[in-house]
Amino acid sequence: MIADHRPRVPILAVRDLAIVYATRQGDVPAVRGVSFDIQRGETLGIVGESGCGKSTVAFGIVNFLGANGRIVSGEILFQGQNLVGKSEGDLRKIRGDRIAMVYQDPMQALNPSMRLGDQMAEVLIVHRGMDRKAAEAKCIQMLERVYMPDAANVMKRYPHQISGGQQQRVVIAMALLNDPALLIMDEPTTALDVTVEAAVLDLIADLQRDFDTAIMYISHNLGVIARVADRVAVMYAGEMVERAAVADIFLRPSHPYTQGLMRCVPRLGQDKTSSYLYPIPGRVPSPQALPPGCIFEPRCAFARRECGQRRPELREVAAGHWASCLFAEEIAEQGWKPPAPAEKAPSPGASAFPPVGARRAADRPILKVEHMKTFYRVPSRRLFGGREYVRAVDDVSIEVRPGETLGIVGESGCGKSTLVKTIIGLETPTAGTVEFMGIDIAQPVSRRSLDILKNLQMVFQNPDSTLNPSFSVGAQIGRALRRFRKLPGREVRAEVIRLLDLMKLGERYYDRLPRQLSGGEKQRVGIARAIAGRPEVVLCDEPVSALDVSVQAAVLNLLLEIQQQMGTTMVFIAHDLSVVRFFCDTIAVMYLGQIVEIGPAEAIYMPPYHPYTEALLSAVPIPDPRVEQARIRLSGTVPSALNPPAGCRFHTRCPRKLGAICETQTPPWQVAATGQRIFCHIPLAELSRMASVITLKEAPHAG
Amino acid sequence: MTASTQSISLAARPRWWRRIWNGLAILFASKTAVVGLIIVLFWVTAAICAPLLTPYSPTAQDYRAQNSGPSAAHILGTDDLGRDIWSRLLYGARIVLIMLPVGEHVWLPLGTAIWGVLLGLLVGCTLGLVAGYLGGWIDEVVMRVLDAMMAFPVILLYMIIIAAVGASATNVVLAIAIVGTPGIARLVRGLTLDIRTRDYIRAAEIRGERKLYIMFVEILPNARGPIVIDAMLRVGYAIFAMGTLGFLGLGLPPPSPDWGSMVASGRRYILAGSPWAALWPSLAIASLVVGLNLLADGLREESMRYQ
Repeated sequence: MIADHRPRVPILAVRDLAIVYATRQGDVPAVRGVSFDIQRGETLGIVGESGCGKSTVAFGIVNFLGANGRIVSGEILFQGQNLVGKSEGDLRKIRGDRIAMVYQDPMQALNPSMRLGDQMAEVLIVHRGMDRKAAEAKCIQMLERVYMPDAANVMKRYPHQISGGQQQRVVIAMALLNDPALLIMDEPTTALDVTVEAAVLDLIADLQRDFDTAIMYISHNLGVIARVADRVAVMYAGEMVERAAVADIFLRPSHPYTQGLMRCVPRLGQDKTSSYLYPIPGRVPSPQALPPGCIFEPRCAFARRECGQRRPELREVAAGHWASCLFAEEIAEQGWKPPAPAEKAPSPGASAFPPVGARRAADRPILKVEHMKTFYRVPSRRLFGGREYVRAVDDVSIEVRPGETLGIVGESGCGKSTLVKTIIGLETPTAGTVEFMGIDIAQPVSRRSLDILKNLQMVFQNPDSTLNPSFSVGAQIGRALRRFRKLPGREVRAEVIRLLDLMKLGERYYDRLPRQLSGGEKQRVGIARAIAGRPEVVLCDEPVSALDVSVQAAVLNLLLEIQQQMGTTMVFIAHDLSVVRFFCDTIAVMYLGQIVEIGPAEAIYMPPYHPYTEALLSAVPIPDPRVEQARIRLSGTVPSALNPPAGCRFHTRCPRKLGAICETQTPPWQVAATGQRIFCHIPLAELSRMASVITLKEAPHAG
Repeated sequence: MTASTQSISLAARPRWWRRIWNGLAILFASKTAVVGLIIVLFWVTAAICAPLLTPYSPTAQDYRAQNSGPSAAHILGTDDLGRDIWSRLLYGARIVLIMLPVGEHVWLPLGTAIWGVLLGLLVGCTLGLVAGYLGGWIDEVVMRVLDAMMAFPVILLYMIIIAAVGASATNVVLAIAIVGTPGIARLVRGLTLDIRTRDYIRAAEIRGERKLYIMFVEILPNARGPIVIDAMLRVGYAIFAMGTLGFLGLGLPPPSPDWGSMVASGRRYILAGSPWAALWPSLAIASLVVGLNLLADGLREESMRYQ
């Protein structure tokens, strides 16, 4: 960047901001003593887990705290003027149209009953007094600026007629129309698929370069923050615990919480045999019951006596590196040592499940899916069209051997959930066979025998709907035990408690209702319920994707432990490639109802790649600013599964398309030397010559 | 084992208490609900304590005081046959709220209106659950039949039913149940359609639970909030319907103290200068219905606010 000769007045300076929410139980101090600056042309990433107050800070700045929220102290200086305590009218004058905000869900920001062009032009007509023609011309220009294909045409469409990634582009374009000095982005890519997310992040980086806007970027995803931010602020329980340049945060984290976050996320390339995830113990304190000393002290591995007695201030521990830890220098220096292996020893509940080593030897697959198709019938849009089919899963074959973990990755709509639902029997396959323990189970769940049901169980994605809100934890796990184990009534309770211990929850959870549990705890109870009957195979449908990173690590560890102790076979769906890499032995990559690449986990992440896998890997956000990823972005959107493209389904978006052969002929399965099978026309030799997508570059400045 | 049994009872009791306490907290947070509760409780206590609150029998006639206004002897006055209106109101409230006469000397606890709504809930919930959970042609058949029932004007439907089966307390219960069923079924079906998409229903299915178990144990308890509030409103409508039927001469056979028939017989004397016999039972019906509505509305608003 060119050296700036103007005095550096920050666009936004927040000083000692404190925000409370009034509730029936009294005031909740949601944000306390938060300070930061954002300079022109700079992106400040704010990272933290859910409930840490990062969105509240953003809402405080734009004064959207709602009826029960208010700023109790501190200053918000926007271009030198304090926004706190001003009336709504004054605020509007100071702020004008100089602050824009982009939210997580673009559908919330767009009016579904207005054409996109009309709502975009309205911004200019109202704020700038432009006439309609000029406004529309400017809008088209801006849409082109955010790389919207066919911008003039998009102006005439309604929000539901474009995809989620495109909607978010429109929202960003709208935010930029007034040339704001500050752009606040609250998890703008969280709801998007990884390839779309990558394209939006590229766009944000480009726009920042061109418009010189100050950006406040809020995200829970360390990988995303590493990619977009210049400086990073880490929030924990309503306070800012560390603030530094992006490289310092990731390479020299000086607050134990930041270090803890880094250890919780599997790095791409780590797997369960060589590494271990270390979750942060305990849970975030409630704002009404904060510990007397350091807010992180109860969960901190470094905590000493002083930590419980006085609360550390945010202080500069190195040039431009602020941390609120009494021993920050020491901690940054020595880093964190994994605890002695004793921690990895089996938990007390382990003896209940003797390891079943003998099964592992059997080479026959326990679950075998051959040429399976699952179509959903939808009424045709034509008047006399008969019926059409959504080809959700189209000719998929997989085999899972006992004790193995198969990972299925793919973006939303690729059919991975339908595949699992068909295996478990919630959907009936249209064609093909599903064989489980040598028995054909291509039938709905209601016709399966108790023995099959017992041995094939499932863990669900959404922690809020996995448990029945009306029954206690003990009753729900007990029900599964009664169904599958036929235990006498008195033994059920003891067995439930043993399962709760195995889940590291303990007996005190027996009588709790789901609403008294956190997301991670609910997920553990869901796992306990699934393994209550000691199933052979557990299907996990994105079990950790709705959880915070520290909780995610704990749940993944738990699943690993269960697998090691019980020898359970698992099928694990995820969209997070690093999680799948960490957790699975074999990985299948799905695109539009078909598997495009399948093989051993380590082989999938190395060349030769299927072109789709290559694009996925180049898009995955990696929480390490040193990592360099090839920039491969897919054009267009996923075609409809109602009428998938002929030949190779990926040809419409493939950056390595060969030509007509891809459009007309179904590709062959090619077996690579590394063990994976690739569904592509490109000769294996050529695929093998691909460069690795992810490379580690040297740190920009050492130390 | 004793240790664990003890811990159940220890853990269970506070939770039970906490639930009641939470319910009361919601109730008392809403002024609307408190006002409604006071009105409803007034009528419930009045009905329960009827013999203590009045010296007269509801059917005892006093030929010396016909159509008299409020006085020290008869605080609300008397009707055309010289019966004490206050005691007729109290005993009328008993039939509505706390006891159901099923035979000559056989009484069931809970009043006519409440039994009617309970019976409607039983049938309506079952139909709604079946239609919503099973879906397909069963849903179509059940809902189209109920739609056809809903196409009749409510009063007409009551009159048809009572005309067909005759006027008695049990038949009024039956009529209230039949008229209420389609609405309840519709509500429960809507709730079921939402709840059945939750993952815990999938978990029950892959445990191989029976459909009846899923409907009544997994789904129904999670629909209870809206059903309870709807039921409170329905008790109000049922009291209204009983008043209407009584007014039209289709309620309880005379001389039972029925609010609707009291209005009907008092109506003739309004212009003759003694409006009391029609006024008091009208006010009784109105206040009880308004009270139940306030209670239900208050509860609904307050429970939605903190969801």
